[in-house]
Formats: sequence, structure tokens, C-alpha cells
Amino acid sequence: MLNINKKEIESEIFTGSMADISFLLIIYFMVTSVFSATKGLDFQLPKDETNTPEIKREDSIDVHVMANGQIQVDGKDMPLEQILPYIAEKLKQNPDKPVILRTDPDATYGDMIAVFDELRQAKDKIGMNIKTISIPTQREIENIWSLIGAQ
Amino acid sequence: MAIIRGRERKTEAQIFTASMADIVFLLIVFFVLTYNVEVDRTQVQLPKTWVRTDIPKESAYISIDSDGIVRVSTGKEMSLPVSSDEEVLSFAANVVASDPNKPFVLKADKGVKYDRVDKVLDALKQAKARVIFLLSEQKTVEDINR
Repeated sequence: MLNINKKEIESEIFTGSMADISFLLIIYFMVTSVFSATKGLDFQLPKDETNTPEIKREDSIDVHVMANGQIQVDGKDMPLEQILPYIAEKLKQNPDKPVILRTDPDATYGDMIAVFDELRQAKDKIGMNIKTISIPTQREIENIWSLIGAQ
Repeated sequence: MAIIRGRERKTEAQIFTASMADIVFLLIVFFVLTYNVEVDRTQVQLPKTWVRTDIPKESAYISIDSDGIVRVSTGKEMSLPVSSDEEVLSFAANVVASDPNKPFVLKADKGVKYDRVDKVLDALKQAKARVIFLLSEQKTVEDINR
């Protein structure tokens, strides 16, 4: 057997540019990625408007956020932390009692959210669930007023 | 000065770079996983709440900034400002027509007048949207003490 001197060529993948590509990708992701808020208060709307039972004011708890941020519950001024104990009393009589959250057009969105957040914590704070929290829009309120003939 | 040749040992200064590839790939994987395209970049001061639920991906966005300017996005493209409430209604109606269960996200500044929010909610109700998420930040104990 002849022993021929073979030149061994090692196969290899060139990885010299990998670092450059990787750093380019990192910089791209770092610059474009943003940590945005991805959570919020969910608010379910009735599925079919025609089947929505009309809620009468006297059968419900009326929470009204005034223009200056003050809160009136069933016509009485009330601080934020007293709303839930008041609602708890009402729910003991009728657990199905809905809560209507009305907000004055001149109030701020933050005021309304603070009250809505408080109402959503009913289960934790008073151990009772508010089955329906209705947020009627100004148009809906006006429609109801015109239906009952009030000015 | 006598230098004995051959006795000198040269120690080359080196930075160990073998683990760099691992670190770099770890960072890339992190950014790829946490990457999400923000369709609405309106700068707003979000209200803070205790109750917060996760918003599904690719929800339609409606934002209202502190000046009351409304911007809308279907969740796939960048948000665009709209000039009237009717446009919000037609946008919402189009979104609901293509996917009746599409969630809407309302990203509004906490200082904005409720009247603006009311108009948008009314448009969403008329368009028969099912779920609306009111985007918020986490409230903490520090916020109460302030």
C-alpha cells in the first residue's frame, strides 16, 4: 500500500460575523421594544340590546359622579370608601340589585374610573358580588328621560 | 543590561469571549419573546386601578389624549386620528363586522373630560361591541398615601 500524504482540510463554519449579526439584532430589539401597559378594567356590554332588561332607577342603586369629583349615591353625598358598605346593605335586601354608574360630562375620566374600580372590588371588600354594573351613556340617559316625559 | 534570550515568557493579554455568544443569544431570545408591536403610541397619563385583567393580543385600540384627540387602530396597523364621533362609530362598526367578538381597548388620559369618553363609549355601544377594556396602570399603596 502506498502511503500518500493526504492534505487534511477541516470543515468549519465561519462564525466570525455571528457576533456582529447578533449585536445588530440586540440593538434592533432594544430600540424598538416598548413595555406598554397590557392590563385594564374589563367592561362587558350586553350582547343584544333588544333583550336587555330596562333598569328602573328606583330598582337600582344610583351612583352619580359629579362634575367636581364628588360622589352621590341615591342622591346622598358619600366619600368613595363608604359606597361599598352602603351597597352591601342594599344587596342584603336584594342581591340582584343593579348599580347604575352615571358620570357628569364635566367630570374627569379619572374620577369615573376610581368609582368603577371601587365597585369592581365589591367581592374582596364586602364579600358580595354586584351582578350588574351599568354605565349608561349620556344619549341613553336622555332617551330614558324622554321616554318618561321628564325634562 | 543583560537579557537572556529565550528565557522570556510572553503572556498575551486576552479577554475571554467564548461565553459572549451565549449571553448575546439569551438577550436575543428575551427580546424576541417580550417583543410586541405597540399600535398606539399616544402619550397619556393612565388612571390607576386595583382591578386589572389581561388584554387579549390584537385588540382594537381607541385612544383619547389629554387634548381630547381620538385615535383609532384595528390592532394591526398604527393608530390614526379621527376628526369626528361619526368616524369612531364607522370604525367600530367595521371592526365588529369583521370580527363580532373583537375586544376594544380604551386608552384615555385620566384628566380628559368624561364627555369625550362618553361619546366613544356610545359609539362602541351602537356598533355592538362586546367587551371594552379600560386601560389602566396598577394602583399601589403609595398612591393612596400620596
